[in-house]
Amino acid sequence: MYSEKVIEHFRNPRNVGVIEDADGVGEVGNPVCGDMMTFYVKVKDGIITDIKFKTFGCGAAIAVSSMISELVKGKNVDEALSISSKAVVEALGGLPSNKIHCSNLGAVALARAINDYKRRNGLPYENIPEPEDVEEG
Amino acid sequence: MNSIYLDHSATTPLDGEVLKKMMPYFSEIFANASSMHSQGQKAAEAIEEARLQVAGLINASPSEIIFTSGGTESDNLAIRGLFLRLCPEKNEIITSAIEHHAVLHTVQDLEKHYGAKAIYLPVDGKGRVNPADVEKAITSKTSLVSIMMANNEVGTIEPIEEIARICKLRGVAFHTDAVQAIGKIPVDVKALGVDLLSMSAHKFYGPKGVGALYVKKGIRLNPVMTGGSHERSLRSGTYNTPGIVGMGWATKIAKDKLSWHMEYTAMLRDALQKRIFDEIPDVFVNGDEENRLPQLLNISIKFAEGESMLMFLDMDGNIQASSGSACTSKSLAASHVLNAMCIPHEFINGSIRFSFGKDNTMDHVDKVMAIFPQIVKKLREMSAIGPDKPAR
Repeated sequence: MYSEKVIEHFRNPRNVGVIEDADGVGEVGNPVCGDMMTFYVKVKDGIITDIKFKTFGCGAAIAVSSMISELVKGKNVDEALSISSKAVVEALGGLPSNKIHCSNLGAVALARAINDYKRRNGLPYENIPEPEDVEEG
Repeated sequence: MNSIYLDHSATTPLDGEVLKKMMPYFSEIFANASSMHSQGQKAAEAIEEARLQVAGLINASPSEIIFTSGGTESDNLAIRGLFLRLCPEKNEIITSAIEHHAVLHTVQDLEKHYGAKAIYLPVDGKGRVNPADVEKAITSKTSLVSIMMANNEVGTIEPIEEIARICKLRGVAFHTDAVQAIGKIPVDVKALGVDLLSMSAHKFYGPKGVGALYVKKGIRLNPVMTGGSHERSLRSGTYNTPGIVGMGWATKIAKDKLSWHMEYTAMLRDALQKRIFDEIPDVFVNGDEENRLPQLLNISIKFAEGESMLMFLDMDGNIQASSGSACTSKSLAASHVLNAMCIPHEFINGSIRFSFGKDNTMDHVDKVMAIFPQIVKKLREMSAIGPDKPAR
């Protein structure tokens, strides 16, 4: 049911862990299935220099977290914010339709972490709402 | 790496002996069992022999056995068949919150389209229905009571005899879904006093696509499948002769081996449970350890998610199990059974079910425990929730 890429990230997730002195922390609980995801970012001169995550969830949730962490590391925060959940799914070689919501979850956790960084640094920020319900893909 | 199959509550492998008995009915003896000619009669004789075998396992009369396509159809025939016969005068149905979807969705359909009023009885923390709740729920409008014999997810065995006695006293028909119980624990329809009982062959080393409904003499049902008046007009459709023959032999073997099967699988299950408790912290058993199917273990591993555990067991050890986690269900709904038992959501998502069968060995328990503690450790290290960080 999962692509090779998903399995590969699930087996060897990148950037698992906590950043104790993070510049931004974003947390999300999935209203649909109860998964939990937390992202920690370290930002220097607007660039995400380090990112770590912790996830309680299925294979897709773990693979999504891992892929997002890999996609945004080294990117400018605004560039990172513009990465859509669809792009994450594509990078993973697709997800089963009932797992698409896991990618929304990841996008929300990341956006919350980056906006937390902005808020802490007096930059204009947004409060990111709860993820949307399952989006049939 | 050979498969270590620990998902026998989902389905069992077909017994080799059973397959042998089925084979001629795919080829040489192919005639329609309803045909008058000699070839048809050979098939009909085989079906009647199977009916005797199935009746023998549950202490019924052969004439009380109706062959169906499986557990789901048996549940549908029992519930719809009784309800449609008795409604609208009697339009209330009493069932429980932990029934299989074959029962729950059937009752819900009757509510939606046929004016049924259903009561879904709660269960306690171990998954047991309180017979006193059944007693209180029965009214003059009750058409039937349907409570499963043993639960498929947690293995809790329900107080069927007591519920049957109450139903009899109140003059209400009682159906039990015994799909998980048959072949696993002794089932005697006369001693239990049930009116209708569903069974499915593939849960006890028989073929898929065949089952039976026990209909006690005197209980009248409306048919669900209409057509050529097979099975006393209760279930039309050309006989699945090989399947029925297979079910017959599977019940025969199940009867002969029942005590051994109970003892052997319980020994393996208990060994796995003990080792998980010894080697993995923060776990608890779901279900009723005093009234539980012998071959089933449902355990919640706190702060590790079910689908991820299943994937690692499968990929790293070729071990197959099951989980009540929301992530493992197509609908993304966490187990309704564990939910009814008031297990917190995050621990439902951390539930895992191991169900043993005749071909499992102690070596399989060792192989699970060779990798399972590390899998749990890895997932817990990755987890966004933990003892110091509860779910939201």
